[in-house]
Amino acid sequence: MTGLRVLTAGPLTTVQDHGRPGWAHVGVTRSGAADRSAFRLANRLVANEEAAPALEITLGGVTLQADGGPLLVAVTGAPCPISVGGRAQAHRALFSLEPGDVLHLARAPTGLRAYLAVRGGLDVPAQLGSSATDVLSGLGPAPLKDGDVLQVRSGATSFARGWPVTDVAPGRWDAGLKDVVTLTAIPGPRERALSHTGAAGLTDQVWQVSQNSDRVGVRLCGAAVALAPGSGELRSEPVVRGAVQVPPGGEPVLFMADHPVTGGYPVVAVLTQESADLAAQLRPGDHVRIQLGVRPGWADL
Amino acid sequence: MRLLPAGEAAILVELPAAADVLPLAAGLQQQRPAAVTDLVPAERTVLVGFDPAVVSADQIARWIRGTPALARAETASGAVELEVRYDGDDLPGVAEQLGMSVEDVILAHTEVTWTVAFSGFVPGFAYLRPPDDRLFVTRRDSPRARVPAGSVALAAGYAGVYPRASPGGWQLIGRTDATLWDPSRWDEGHSPALLQPGMPVRFTAVS
Repeated sequence: MTGLRVLTAGPLTTVQDHGRPGWAHVGVTRSGAADRSAFRLANRLVANEEAAPALEITLGGVTLQADGGPLLVAVTGAPCPISVGGRAQAHRALFSLEPGDVLHLARAPTGLRAYLAVRGGLDVPAQLGSSATDVLSGLGPAPLKDGDVLQVRSGATSFARGWPVTDVAPGRWDAGLKDVVTLTAIPGPRERALSHTGAAGLTDQVWQVSQNSDRVGVRLCGAAVALAPGSGELRSEPVVRGAVQVPPGGEPVLFMADHPVTGGYPVVAVLTQESADLAAQLRPGDHVRIQLGVRPGWADL
Repeated sequence: MRLLPAGEAAILVELPAAADVLPLAAGLQQQRPAAVTDLVPAERTVLVGFDPAVVSADQIARWIRGTPALARAETASGAVELEVRYDGDDLPGVAEQLGMSVEDVILAHTEVTWTVAFSGFVPGFAYLRPPDDRLFVTRRDSPRARVPAGSVALAAGYAGVYPRASPGGWQLIGRTDATLWDPSRWDEGHSPALLQPGMPVRFTAVS
């Protein structure tokens, strides 16, 4: 049996994969890794399938011990300082854990979510085809707690046949996280709900990320965005990840991985996939600007 | 029908009437290409989710416009039957709001075939639409912090059954023991949700 023993689970550590798409018609949101590009990169570094279950670590403060092994591991996303048995390890790079090695991820100085992939993928029971923890519906495994043991799929933990072939992913992970993060959105289904001043209000100001943000949504604090008269509440309609929804209070919510399937307030814009990944790295207090781009690949209908 | 952009990977189709939703959704489902990841009906809209690495929004839009809606036959045969104990706390209030007796409310609930219009709110929660609006009641002024699992409720022209305990603002008229949501059913080859869009549903009173 090879696995990882959880010595310290941290503030919120969950198993994530690419989620369970295709169930929204019965009220189940896709869920899965909040920052999809960082999650996929972690799996690619350890030569897993991109969708293999991995750990999503919020902020840091996690200590794991290799049970058996060796285990081949990579950490991407928020740059938590990594150490194995007290020796520093690189971010976005491969390293291995010998049996008994203790891996510690300290609190990241920037960003919110780190992804830890193990070669072979985590062996966690699936629900509706996915091992992802959905904090809104309760599907999937419970968040990690101290003392848990995570199994790793066996048979793929060795360096057989020369895999993996790359051992580091170069580049600055935090290229998007400046003093003011710019998120790009394209017009949403209810862009007309914005009044004239409302459209300017959405894009001209610098928003601040609220404490009340989580895997369901990122709430922004700032001057209320004005809606056109009569636009405040509409029939419940399906919403997507990255939706920029404006509730009656006028402060937008950005829908994240565990967003509800439907909503009754206007979605005035939708973040690009890339910006939705970036939004998954925002911490409370971060400053954000929303810029509106052009709809890609659309004829005017 | 209006097609509205909903991000890089979805189009929201808005329909003129609620009755147009299920026929369109059924028509799209019948001719559904692999690149379409989601078909989600709601009250007056259908969301079409797609994989932008495989198809473009324009291609999906053309597919939506070119797919005929399926006329649906109303049928009571094959209806899911839910046994209900009509002892909900809001039943007397509903009767009063409608100017009916409690017995007449139960009769109106059980003598028609309801149709699952769409799902949402929580996994397995289905919005059921009746053939007429005799039972149109408003939501409660103040929602309950906790509605028991299996509660049968009415609001704004719909009936619903709460798959599990949750907060709720609908008018509670009874309870059922039916299992509305069970993810392990999928492992056995059945849908995890008992009620899915398009299904006919009937209620029967039990003591």
